[in-house]
Amino acid sequence: MVPEALFFSAVLFVIGVVGVLTRRNAILIFMCVELMLNAVNLSFVAFSRLHGVGGQVFVIFVMTVAAAEAAVGLAIIISIFRHHESVDLRNVNLLKG
Amino acid sequence: MTPLPFLLLETVAHPLAGTAAGWMWLLPVLPLIGFVLNGGLALASAFHAGPADPSAAPHGHTEGDAHAGHDAGHDHHAPVRHRYAAVSSIIGPAVLIAAFGLAVSMWMAMRGAGELTTPFVQRYFSWMPVGALNIDFAFQLDQLSMVMVLVITGVGALIHVFSVGYMREDPGYPRYFAYLNLFVAFMLVLVLGASYPVLFIGWEGVGLCSYLLIGFWFSEKANADAGKKAFIVNRIGDFGFLLAMFLLWANLKSLDFVGVQAAATSLAVGGPLVTAICLFFFLGCTGKSAQIPLYIWLPDAMAGPTPVSALIHAATMVTAGVYLIARSSFLFAMAPVAGLTVATVGALTALFAATIGLKQWDIKKVLAYSTVSQLGFMFIAVGVGAYAVGIFHLVTHAFFKALLFLGSGSVIYVMHAAYHHTGNHDDAQDMRNMGGMRAFMPVTWALMWIATLAIAGIPLFAGFFSKDAILGAVLERAEHSTLADASLLGIPGHVLLLGVYVVGLGTALLTAIYMTRMMLYTFHGPNRTGDAERTHFAEAPWIMTGPLVVLGILSAVGGWLNVPELLRAVGPAGVLQKWLEPVTGAATAAVGEAGPMAPGTEWMLIAIAVAVAASGMLFAFVRLKPAALVPKAKAEPATGFANVLEHKYYVDEIYDRAIVTPVYEGSRVVLWTAVDKGVIDGLFVNGAALFARALGWVGSKLQTGQTGEYAWALAFGALAVLGALILR
Amino acid sequence: MTHGLLFQFHFYLFGLLAIAGSLLFVTRKSPVAAALWLVNVMFCISAMFVMLDAQFIGAIQVLVYAGAIMVVFIFVVMLLNLGHPAEVQDLRSNGTRITAGLVGLAMLAEVLVLSRVKLPVELPAPTPGANVTASVADVLFHQYLLPFELTSVLLLAAIVGAVVLAKRRS
Repeated sequence: MVPEALFFSAVLFVIGVVGVLTRRNAILIFMCVELMLNAVNLSFVAFSRLHGVGGQVFVIFVMTVAAAEAAVGLAIIISIFRHHESVDLRNVNLLKG
Repeated sequence: MTPLPFLLLETVAHPLAGTAAGWMWLLPVLPLIGFVLNGGLALASAFHAGPADPSAAPHGHTEGDAHAGHDAGHDHHAPVRHRYAAVSSIIGPAVLIAAFGLAVSMWMAMRGAGELTTPFVQRYFSWMPVGALNIDFAFQLDQLSMVMVLVITGVGALIHVFSVGYMREDPGYPRYFAYLNLFVAFMLVLVLGASYPVLFIGWEGVGLCSYLLIGFWFSEKANADAGKKAFIVNRIGDFGFLLAMFLLWANLKSLDFVGVQAAATSLAVGGPLVTAICLFFFLGCTGKSAQIPLYIWLPDAMAGPTPVSALIHAATMVTAGVYLIARSSFLFAMAPVAGLTVATVGALTALFAATIGLKQWDIKKVLAYSTVSQLGFMFIAVGVGAYAVGIFHLVTHAFFKALLFLGSGSVIYVMHAAYHHTGNHDDAQDMRNMGGMRAFMPVTWALMWIATLAIAGIPLFAGFFSKDAILGAVLERAEHSTLADASLLGIPGHVLLLGVYVVGLGTALLTAIYMTRMMLYTFHGPNRTGDAERTHFAEAPWIMTGPLVVLGILSAVGGWLNVPELLRAVGPAGVLQKWLEPVTGAATAAVGEAGPMAPGTEWMLIAIAVAVAASGMLFAFVRLKPAALVPKAKAEPATGFANVLEHKYYVDEIYDRAIVTPVYEGSRVVLWTAVDKGVIDGLFVNGAALFARALGWVGSKLQTGQTGEYAWALAFGALAVLGALILR
Repeated sequence: MTHGLLFQFHFYLFGLLAIAGSLLFVTRKSPVAAALWLVNVMFCISAMFVMLDAQFIGAIQVLVYAGAIMVVFIFVVMLLNLGHPAEVQDLRSNGTRITAGLVGLAMLAEVLVLSRVKLPVELPAPTPGANVTASVADVLFHQYLLPFELTSVLLLAAIVGAVVLAKRRS
């Protein structure tokens, strides 16, 4: 089971990366990041099968942090939307050097 | 061996240990002290306070301004002597006289020590211990270096005294004495050195001082160029010297004279290695002692003050090459081909320079080419293996050539002073502007004639004995010697040596002619200088004429140093040869000579030599008409072969076209434009800057502010890290 | 420990469903449709958690991830009225997608190469009826107590931050 789980985890992660690279909507990019986190969770749980329950504990932490991150991130996106009337990522370019 | 700098490291047991000879380290130190003191005076006086200082900006000449070579006279007020002239006048000659006194006491110690077969070596400190190579700074005193030391300090002291008078109004007075003292110090290191590297220190040092002194009046570009030429041409010779040292080290593992002499027996006699070493040493000699092909710097060196020409380019520095060969006699005796080369080159140089001297108008140039010619004679001598005879000619040449140069210096001084008074800008050194100086400078005239008779080889004057000895040595060895058995470039040795003899005779004839010519045009006939200047002519001051008298006496009696066996009625025979026996005797014998020549042959040779000299002088007296000369300004340019001679066979121009210009152009195009500007400046310096800018530009292009593009960067970075992990 | 063939088949099924769902997720134009496909993926992952004997985590996954976080996402999508696919030109050009695909394949290849290691022996499965929650809680509140507390502080900060950021300027 474990090697298969790791394989699925890898594929899901990569799909998440592709999603981040191809999308322009900020919220959807965010959701791709969530997908990547999920893939990593799967990996952790698979390893907990080998190394003990510590892996599952870590998954709990990942989820918690993901929740916090989602909250804050979405709040930021809402602020941006209020400013630009759009969540297109091309508008977010004040860091231009 | 613990190195104790400046303290005596080690003295081998020797009869001379504990005598005055133990002070030989003081010999170069004395003039070195003079250099430091005079140099300090020169620097102190060159210090100029700022414009606010009222004592600054003195009236009159300041150091190094446009008081050029031999035509000053741009102001008409009395020249101002240097501030510290009096102090320098004491220090400069005093250290030399003290050194001469020390040299004399060392000589007395050597005479009192009886038979000395080994040199007296003092090691001072370990100079270059590198792996297996261990070069000590050491001096060695043997008969040969004693002779050289006496000549250097003695003639040097006389020239220093002369300079006090000659340079009295020069704004660079202390600087002059500083350089002159430094020169003597280096020359003494050269002759006292116990190993080739220490000799080389002196060798290079005298080259440096030659540069400094030739370009003494450097504000005139021609003088500075002459100094540069001397140094650079010398350097080419030094390269040969270095190669010879490398070969010595590589094969014999020794560089000090005692060690090399002992190890040299392992070399194959006449083999390629010892021949190569000797030829490379000779290359150094052609540079330092102005033989073909590197003699070109010596005539240009006349741009320096005349006492400098006397000391450096007549008596001491240019003789360093002869000394080197005499010192390496054991090597040269083992390489007959090298000996033949030396003798041949010496002979050709002698003849070549003598022909040029026939048509020179500048009095110093005549003497310069005469020096080159006489050096050729010395090399003939050491080339055929008669090392003591070569040194003998070195000594007598030092006497009469120094006398000639100083005498001409007196004449130039008087001409110069006269031109200064009348504001004339003509050439004070051109013989066409002189004439009839006998009436105004009788003492100088008489002394110069003594020197001329000596150089021409008139019997009983110094040059006669030495020149006769050389030609006799050549003939002897043309029949029985290793040289006669060898061959050079296919020409058998005995044929070559006979040719050398004939060339030597021819050169003696020409020498007599051009020297008489010089005397006729300068001292005899009508005076061509001009009425206004003539009223200012007077004999040179006694401080200048005094040393001339001493040198005149030496030129007259100097021949008694080595009277030939045949003429032992005149004086003790072969004194110098016997004195130098422990140093050069073995080598001379190795080259080979038959027993003494039949007296009949010897008398005939003497008669031929005298006849040649006399006929040369007679020819000059009869053919040359001083009255027919016109001053330089009105003279017509020469035509035909005379023009070629006057232009010294255009050798300088040929060298310029064949060597200097291609090197210069090649350097300009390849080294400067391509390598320096293109590669180093363009590729490395500017390229590095461009690279940094390019990196910056790339970096700035990455900062778009677009988050999406940052995500791409992240992805690529992750790829790279994962790739690195895989490849690890 | 070897499981039965049926068990393995179901595991693969859920895995493939997850992959298919995620592929659909990244290619939808409509944000709402994409979000819903992501929820589907999470359900499949939850099933895989359970089949890997992490039952507590599987439950938590549904409750927290699918049930709370994704709800917030959909909520914000609705709030910002981004639901109409025709107005949103979301996906990038073809070239970008192909390059992204290549990057993804490269990354997958690298990860798979790196993960070719010898895995240690699996731990024994918990006996049926054992208290899985208790084993997680035991470790969480003993060994990882400090991270636990810190995470709660983090949550607090996030809440405050979200409220502040999203507040309308008055």
